[in-house]
Amino acid sequence: MREFQYSRATSVADAVASGATFIAGGTNLLDLMKHEIAVPGRVVDISRLDLDRIEPEGEGLRIGALVRNSDLAADHRVRQSYPVLSRALLAGASGQLRNMATTGGNLLQRTRCPYFYDTAMPCNKREPGAGCSAIGGVNRMNAVLGVSDQCIAAHPSDMAVAMMALDAVVEVEGASGTRRIPITEFYRLPGDTPHMETALDRGDLITAVLLPAPKGGEHRYRKVRDRASYAFALVSVAAVVRMEGGVIADAALAFGGLAPMPWRVSAAEDALQGQPPSPALFDRAADLVLSGAQPQEDNAFKLPMARRVLAATLADACRMEDPQ
Amino acid sequence: MTRHRKIDHPDNDNRLDSMAQGVLGKPVDRLEGPLKVSGLATYASEARPSGMAHGVLVRATITKGRVVGIDRQAALALPGVMTVITDPRMVRYPAQGMAGKGPKAGPDVVDYHGQPIALVVAEGFEQARHAAKALRITYEEEPAPTDPDTVTPEVPDAKQKAQGDLDAAIRDAAFSVDCTYTTPTLMAVAMEPHAAIAEWDGDRVTVRAALQMLASDRKQLADALGVGPEQVRLLAPYVGGGFGSKLGIAPEAVAAAIAAKELGVPVSVALTRMQEFDITHRRSESRQRVLLAAGADGVLTGIGHEALVSNLPDSPFSEPVTQATPFTYQAAHRRIAHRIARVHRSCAGSVRAPGEAIGVTVFEAALDELAEAAGIDPVELRLRNIPDREPGTGRPYSVNRLGDCLREGAHRFGWNQRRAPKERLEGEWFIGMGMAAAVRVNMLIESRARVTLTEDGAKVETDMTDIGTGTYTILRQIAAEMLGLPVDLVEVHLGDTDFPPAAGSGGSFGAASSGTSVYLACEDIRARIAERMGCTDAELRLQDGRASFRNDTRELRELLAGEVLVAEGHVEPGDAEKQARQATWGAHFAEVAVSRHTGEVRVRRMLGVFACGRILNEKTARSQCLGGMTFGIGMALTEGVEHDPRTGHIVNRDLAGYHLPSHADVPEQDVVFLPDRDGFAGPMQAKGIGELGICGAGGAVLNAIYNACGVRVRDLPATPDKVMP
Ligand SMILES: Cc1cc2nc3c(=O)[nH]c(=O)nc-3n(C[C@H](O)[C@H](O)[C@H](O)COP(=O)(O)OP(=O)(O)OC[C@H]3O[C@@H](n4cnc5c(N)ncnc54)[C@H](O)[C@@H]3O)c2cc1C
Ligand code: SF4
Repeated sequence: MREFQYSRATSVADAVASGATFIAGGTNLLDLMKHEIAVPGRVVDISRLDLDRIEPEGEGLRIGALVRNSDLAADHRVRQSYPVLSRALLAGASGQLRNMATTGGNLLQRTRCPYFYDTAMPCNKREPGAGCSAIGGVNRMNAVLGVSDQCIAAHPSDMAVAMMALDAVVEVEGASGTRRIPITEFYRLPGDTPHMETALDRGDLITAVLLPAPKGGEHRYRKVRDRASYAFALVSVAAVVRMEGGVIADAALAFGGLAPMPWRVSAAEDALQGQPPSPALFDRAADLVLSGAQPQEDNAFKLPMARRVLAATLADACRMEDPQ
Repeated sequence: MTRHRKIDHPDNDNRLDSMAQGVLGKPVDRLEGPLKVSGLATYASEARPSGMAHGVLVRATITKGRVVGIDRQAALALPGVMTVITDPRMVRYPAQGMAGKGPKAGPDVVDYHGQPIALVVAEGFEQARHAAKALRITYEEEPAPTDPDTVTPEVPDAKQKAQGDLDAAIRDAAFSVDCTYTTPTLMAVAMEPHAAIAEWDGDRVTVRAALQMLASDRKQLADALGVGPEQVRLLAPYVGGGFGSKLGIAPEAVAAAIAAKELGVPVSVALTRMQEFDITHRRSESRQRVLLAAGADGVLTGIGHEALVSNLPDSPFSEPVTQATPFTYQAAHRRIAHRIARVHRSCAGSVRAPGEAIGVTVFEAALDELAEAAGIDPVELRLRNIPDREPGTGRPYSVNRLGDCLREGAHRFGWNQRRAPKERLEGEWFIGMGMAAAVRVNMLIESRARVTLTEDGAKVETDMTDIGTGTYTILRQIAAEMLGLPVDLVEVHLGDTDFPPAAGSGGSFGAASSGTSVYLACEDIRARIAERMGCTDAELRLQDGRASFRNDTRELRELLAGEVLVAEGHVEPGDAEKQARQATWGAHFAEVAVSRHTGEVRVRRMLGVFACGRILNEKTARSQCLGGMTFGIGMALTEGVEHDPRTGHIVNRDLAGYHLPSHADVPEQDVVFLPDRDGFAGPMQAKGIGELGICGAGGAVLNAIYNACGVRVRDLPATPDKVMP
């Protein structure tokens, strides 16, 4: 770890003006600093700012950026009206981590690609132009969709997957004032610039995540991982499905573990709309989600797995008999 | 006075059964438990001698070659940095357990990616860690193989065994199986990472270290440093788990001692979790082919077990995968093959139950395949193949309780409820049951201990370690039982090479070996008390601080009259271990649920039935088995190292990437010990326990997966992608 200056922000304006690296729960940033993947000269602690409330806003909810993952998961409004979010949070990390991790920090956590954390190995995300060790290396956990020949890292968050399915909006305070960025536009794909991951500029502070009015319907979050708890997703799916008169009135689907960002494919959702649920229909939706996938040797299993997880989750959300 | 015994004959006197105190075997709480949960038990890196500096090992980033230059200037200019050391005595990897000398030295030659090549010392740990990253190192690289499947393996003659004609047996068999399983590199991942703090006083060095076997570690460290063993003192009063990774000295202890000498201050070198993965011993990956031939009645006619493992060139250790195969089941035609691929991955060494952990697991999975092929119940198949005498040698077994364990386990587990694959479905979950035998060789190792009896109680001293297993507690119970004292009146002091040298913790021989040395010392003290009572030891009754013979009862205090009785116990293995095949026995049963959508596996319950001699403490013994069974879940479902295909280094080098079972993976586990006495194990009739629990446990889980959903996973671990039915 390099030496750095530490100070505590006294206000949002103060934090934004600092232009420094923010620390919230620190559960990701501290690891990055120990390995010298992040080497901030100045760290501003935002954890005591007044951004830790969950409040109604319009017909929806406003979640302060510093609300802890465990508090958000336990909030009765979230559990009642946005249960997919609560379930996604509880499927992530461990109890200890969730007690520290914040809403803003969770959105911005870096990939878990092991080569990103190993400074002895080339990584374009860490050092643009150096090369990508995951391609031709161990890549079981890496992404199959939205990748480039520069980087195949997967986004590790569970929370963000649920927020993607809920059409959340990220509120950001920056040098030019307040912006509201739909989560669908918040993340960037690696392309030729895998080190640039979001729509944020230097000094931008996430102040809140806004959830629109509840969508109703059935909420499911299903995460497949290598052990029963405390592991990142191989594949996860967040599904919010509303049925009307035996057909799917609308469905929102987002996937984790598959792509450099929580992955949503509107064509797949459109294909479901107005249709009676059936295994064939789910298969068609999976085709649309997975088209254009570029799997590697170790992670090709994610394609059949995503297909199965999607079918099982939709069947469950549509309250079908377990398909044979 | 020293009481010495070489175990040349079985001792079936069962002397301990007639002792009066009644504390041995009882589930006595761990003596040091309160210290551990309150943070008062100081582990190796927790001492803070004044002026202590911190060293951080620097890792090689090539797979093989030579360090041709280290530019120290940038690092030395950083705040707090004291020195950069590349002493030729620094070692490249850990010593194998019980080795008589230090491991290979010379950090300028690189044998594997991740090897330590220098030590940076600074006033603070973070300063040293940063400076270690700032070093500029130039190498001369050589190409080197890292994949065991790409090299022509070594075939050591002494490790190939054949009897009869296995190929003919397979040809003529009513049923046969020829299957190949692969197991990945596994790591010990003890909770406490390796650490050492070295401090010199003149030409004597004291090292606080995380080690399992101080007596041999001391010799190794002295050899590595080029000093005499008497100049080295090792302290390891508390060790946070070892699982084999701390059997021999490792690079941190040597580096700390060298740096402390150079700088004249105490130096601490503590490995990070990632360095644990880089540097400490791994359990070799294996490729195992099992061939089985059986008649229509399921009686085996042929057994073949061929293993391919790997290690660095020249390393003397190779995972003894087939160790239990020759003596577990009978068959006239047999073949054991052992091949070693010489590759440049990190050094392989002993990790919990080397050999049987993966060998029995795979063999028992293959037997399940035979049971399926022959349509014979898996428990029954095993019962039909238990030999009367050790195959090949014709020696008797000291005891063989495999059949008892299998029957007792099947009964308790409700094995008769087992159905054919895919027949039990609960929601989306297929439910299945599996079983496997547990077998592990049993060893006794030379060990000494000193026992002192005073008016106030007794004291045990030995350089034995307690690596979280309960050694403090069982030695206390043995002394209390033999001397007739309440446990509170017995102190135990361990983990200091100033005490008599013990077997150390390894190979499951620690409790029985060091316990017997305590037993012998106490026997000597008993003889002296008996003399004062005018009777023989056999006639003497010691209980609650009182000695009695017939109706004469006297206080020990009175008998000692201020005198202090000191005795040393010294046990050595002898001819008894040649006269009979000694092993510990057990049976594992597991019930799993497998999602028919995702292939996720959840173990629902597990039972282990074990026969491993006299149980010294029911609670600590049970904990050992629970830990072993949990490792079995890990081996079957979650654990495995991924080596980079280009460099050979371990890619998933933290606990988020190397998946030990989490609590949610570990179900209700039941452990049953069959009452057992084995005189060949010595006067206590006690045997190893720690490793037995892991041997075969994973096999029961794999077999249960097959029974649930009909999928045979032969490439461990059985992660969801490999199971998806
Ligand atoms: C072993 C392990 C397992 C895990 N498993 C999972 C899992 O299964 N699923 C999952 O979803 N997550 C998992 N996590 C990740 C965990 O959820 C994140 O580390 C956590 O959410 C990050 O939040 P934080 O507040 O601690 O962020 P910090 O570490 O404080 O910050 C992370 C980043 O966000 C920036 N930042 C923080 N807050 C703001 C803000 N308000 N505005 C602008 N920038 C900000 C920081 O500068 C930093 O760059 C795991 C983590 C670990 C260590
Ligand atoms: S996948 Fe991305 S993060 Fe991983 S090594 Fe390649 S460039 Fe780095």
